[in-house]
Amino acid sequence: MGTKYTLGIDVGSTTSKCIILKDGKEIVGKSLVAVGAGTSGPDRAIKEVLESAGLKKEEMSYVLATGYGRNSIEMINDQMSELSCHAKGASYLFPEVHTVIDIGGQDVKVLQIENGVMVNFQMNDKCAAGTGRFLDVMARVLEVKVGDLGELGEKSTKQVAISSTCTVFAESEVISQLAQGSDMHDIINGIHHSIAARVVGLARRVGVRDQVVMTGGVAQNIGVVSALEEELGHKVYTSPLAQYAGALGAALFAFQKANRKEKEKSQASQ
Amino acid sequence: MAEIEKTAPAAQTAPGTPAAPAKKPKRPVTPGVAALRKVVSDVYAAAWEAKKAGRPVGWSSSKFPCEIAEALDLAVVYPENQAAGIAAQHDGQRLCEAAEDLGYDADICGYARISLAYASGVETTNVSRQMPQPDFVLCCNNICNCMTKWYENIARMHNIPLIMIDVPYNNTTHVDDSAVAYIRAQFDDAIKQLEKIAGKKFDEKRFEEVCANANRTAKAWLKVCDYCRYEPSPMSGFDLFNHMADVVTARGKKETAEAFELLATELEKNVKEGKSTLPFPEKYRIMFEGIPCWPELRALFKPLKANGLNVTAVVYAPAFGFVYNNMDEMMRAYCKAPNSVCLEQGVDWREGLCRENKVDGVLVHYNRSCKPWSGYMPEMQRRFTEDLGVPCAAFDGDQADPRNFNVAQYETRVQGLVEAMEANKAAKEG
Repeated sequence: MGTKYTLGIDVGSTTSKCIILKDGKEIVGKSLVAVGAGTSGPDRAIKEVLESAGLKKEEMSYVLATGYGRNSIEMINDQMSELSCHAKGASYLFPEVHTVIDIGGQDVKVLQIENGVMVNFQMNDKCAAGTGRFLDVMARVLEVKVGDLGELGEKSTKQVAISSTCTVFAESEVISQLAQGSDMHDIINGIHHSIAARVVGLARRVGVRDQVVMTGGVAQNIGVVSALEEELGHKVYTSPLAQYAGALGAALFAFQKANRKEKEKSQASQ
Repeated sequence: MAEIEKTAPAAQTAPGTPAAPAKKPKRPVTPGVAALRKVVSDVYAAAWEAKKAGRPVGWSSSKFPCEIAEALDLAVVYPENQAAGIAAQHDGQRLCEAAEDLGYDADICGYARISLAYASGVETTNVSRQMPQPDFVLCCNNICNCMTKWYENIARMHNIPLIMIDVPYNNTTHVDDSAVAYIRAQFDDAIKQLEKIAGKKFDEKRFEEVCANANRTAKAWLKVCDYCRYEPSPMSGFDLFNHMADVVTARGKKETAEAFELLATELEKNVKEGKSTLPFPEKYRIMFEGIPCWPELRALFKPLKANGLNVTAVVYAPAFGFVYNNMDEMMRAYCKAPNSVCLEQGVDWREGLCRENKVDGVLVHYNRSCKPWSGYMPEMQRRFTEDLGVPCAAFDGDQADPRNFNVAQYETRVQGLVEAMEANKAAKEG
């Protein structure tokens, strides 16, 4: 058997991510484009990941898509939900994981993992509170970059209470707090705790067991991670590859499926 | 809670408009299903006939003891069945919005909003669910508490009598004797009030006959529900939701019992011949928790079909199988409704069904219309997973208002459930 390259594509609501794995183990290419489903993002991300790995589409043994836009990618062999893919990716990064928290652009997932496999999950209801979109809205009101929120929140000396029930109302609260002269860093700290409170409610429904791993773009925000640790009472592990966890999981599943396909083919020819 | 509408909505095409492309021919229905459809059509037809003849027509909540009005030969129709039918024919949002224009909040049950709009004079395009305006209303709050205000509003709108039977919430798994006495007193009073409306005396012999029909219907219905235990099931679980229209609108009629008995023989035949009404192979068996999103049936069914998921457990369906041998038992039977029993009883019913009907997972509809039902689901879900060892997935939706449902969110959750069931199965098989 020769080298197998598998491609995982995670088309989210706000970003497109790709990972190429060599023989299901080594990451040989990754890409991230900051636009997601329904945009040029997926195609650009695919092009970029192939370039970064120095490979061609034809060299991929199996391509698997995941994420909100998983059904709109043409070149794939299969698709799976982002739930299973985040579980797989997180288990690859942290083999002892039992709970995965993924905060994406428009949803929040809490996954229960046993032996590296998702056995149960909870997702947010039809509401943007507690999602990445919530942070986008707040960053806009505060006139800061969403990527800077984590660092800015660390400078807080006290926490300002921000509602966790509705993005629109929380936005009004932030505006009121600014008008009252509250410190921006404290407001950001409050925003992080607001997200954490929302996520913890979901997590407790599934049950929280160590290790707790956070995936998705929001995992890069140290303020949210700290707030989650505080609210959960558990250490929350993250990785520089957290945002790629879905694409990584997809590439890992793609490797399994490529092997299965090869086995079936060889059995059929015997 | 309604037979999925098979009739076309009222024609709205302007003259000269090109004809729509030919639709795929519908699968022929079996004699049992045809008989069940006729029973429901007859209920609506009888109400129109009564209205035209100047006789009173009642609107009733689905779990009001139907035996009284039936024994007095009063024509009764069921707003819950009507609302489900209107929603399934995609006319629900228009009526919900009409109710909101009247001042009713969008958070109120979608069935209630549709019904209140209809009661105020907003006609539906679903001709098969057009019904005469009421001369009296029959309300029993065993099905839900919203019902009381809903019916009070209709009674006030039309200035008509409201006959109420209040069923206390059961904090325990048994029904206390005091509750039985309390309901029985109201039952007897309802008879007196309905005698006045019907303009005739209550005939005990006729009442016994109706009770016998209702019991026969309930037993046949429960038998139909039990066929979901077979592997593979001889029917699509969504059929149960469809057939509930009969058990809601015509429990006390002989024709209903006969139609269900006929359906049971057809299912028995399916079992023997290895056939099913499910239009795809059954790969996984799930419990569907809650009322379907009637306006989104196609979207609801699509990922189930794509993944080979059959619904083999539905707590709502057997909950309408009221079997009793005497008046006390009848009162007790009407106390047993999903929203009027305690959490322990609710879990027990559902887990019993899941075990008997061998489910691999649970799909929970967080129904924005039904707060009591959705409110206790997080704890129930936790128990299902712990006690049954099966994954549960939940989605947001509504039984009648399509604005509360999102297809992409639903599809991801169903796919997640399938993948978790696959993993669970693989782990069990080692």
